[in-house]
Amino acid sequence: MSSIDFLFQGIIKAFELIFSLNPYIISITGVSIRVSGTATILATLTAIPLACGITFLNFKGKQALITLINTGMGLPSVFVGLFIFLMIVPAGPFGFLKMYYTQEAMILAQYILITPVICGISLAAIKAVPQPVIDTVYTLGGSRKDIVITMLREARFGLFTSVLAGLGRALAEVGAILIVGGNIAYTGSVGGIGEGLSYTRSLTTAITLETSKGEVSTSIALGIILISLVLSINILANFFQRME
Amino acid sequence: MHSELIRVQDLGKSFGKRVVLKKINISINEGEIFALMGPSGVGKTTLFRILNLLEKPSEGRLFFRGSELTGGTICENINARRSMSMLFQTPCLLNTTVFNNVAFGLMIRKVDKNTIREKVMNALIIVGLEGNEEQKARTLSGGEAQRMAFARAIVYDPDILLLDEPTSSLDPANVAMIEEIIKRIRHERGTTIVIATHNIYQVKRIADRGGILLNGELIEVNSIERIFEAPEDARTKAFINGEMIY
Repeated sequence: MSSIDFLFQGIIKAFELIFSLNPYIISITGVSIRVSGTATILATLTAIPLACGITFLNFKGKQALITLINTGMGLPSVFVGLFIFLMIVPAGPFGFLKMYYTQEAMILAQYILITPVICGISLAAIKAVPQPVIDTVYTLGGSRKDIVITMLREARFGLFTSVLAGLGRALAEVGAILIVGGNIAYTGSVGGIGEGLSYTRSLTTAITLETSKGEVSTSIALGIILISLVLSINILANFFQRME
Repeated sequence: MHSELIRVQDLGKSFGKRVVLKKINISINEGEIFALMGPSGVGKTTLFRILNLLEKPSEGRLFFRGSELTGGTICENINARRSMSMLFQTPCLLNTTVFNNVAFGLMIRKVDKNTIREKVMNALIIVGLEGNEEQKARTLSGGEAQRMAFARAIVYDPDILLLDEPTSSLDPANVAMIEEIIKRIRHERGTTIVIATHNIYQVKRIADRGGILLNGELIEVNSIERIFEAPEDARTKAFINGEMIY
């Protein structure tokens, strides 16, 4: 059997797994959405106020903070994973939290990875609001608070895009969550495939595992779901950009 | 006898070593249309930005209704700013509907919704944009956008309206419309209007008094009749006659 036939049969089986709502696939997808979704919400709650603070306040070290954020946008995920792992293992400074190999540790890793992404894009979106908008708000009798609100409103599509970019990065991330989450599933087979329902196994980490095991159809099924999720996010981001 | 609304005393402005305005002295009375004339780049916009408190002067004093604004607190300045309105040469459109753009000044003043609707619709009728309230502001044509910005500037009945070359990029039909609106606003509401322009024919059509600004210096302030018929300064005469004096 050629590799193309192999791939073709894998795709057919993948669709069977998806449409039969295989519990193993569903649980992995659930973990991915839960972990990445929570990390994105927390990162948004940190990054957008931080971007506002940087834009509207003058403080010492502002430029250094911007440099730090820009550097953070390209942070290697395995380095973040390793750093968090060393912090949360039983012998580490935060070992007492017992976070290693948990979804909370995965959320923390993704939070650290995507906060600079959301903050950096938000910063650019707010800064892109033209100076005449600020002048106009002032000339119409606006206060500093009115200017902040108006600028955020004017930058709203850019802010949505930043959140979606963060979510996209979180969903596609593999290195950090593999290290801190451990890629764990409960023991016991589900529906004849896998090792049981996922505990810290996400779409990306499961793909690496299933491929190494030779379970290509399961990998393709997971890949299709992952691509669909990321594609949906990009379609949404494009929609916001077109609205702008 | 009109009472004095704005007084500028020995006002100067520099950006680094570049002196933009020198010892400007000017008094603007309530209810008049005052035209600030001069070629491009002589400091008209800078003076307008100082009058609207968008810029601080480098020297001199600025009074509004007898109260000094130079060095005033932010709160005092907000109260004064809320009595003014300014229209820029290129209108800035907020990324929302025409209605929300025009209503902006009322919304930040926490005016109730019914009054906002009534005032916005009235302002849109004045500028001939009734029926466009739900249209996205950024889809308006240049002339319509300037008229919308005009509606936004007058909707909260400011005491003084600062118009910075409001018709310089418009076609004759829109210029005529804006001039009619200016005269109507002054006539119906008694709004004081200060207009910056290099169009001397426009000044003749709408203004009561005027001043000529050349190279950051206010060379003459007089009634429009005097400026056009018997100018006191030779440079004013040259400017009116369209001679190259700059």
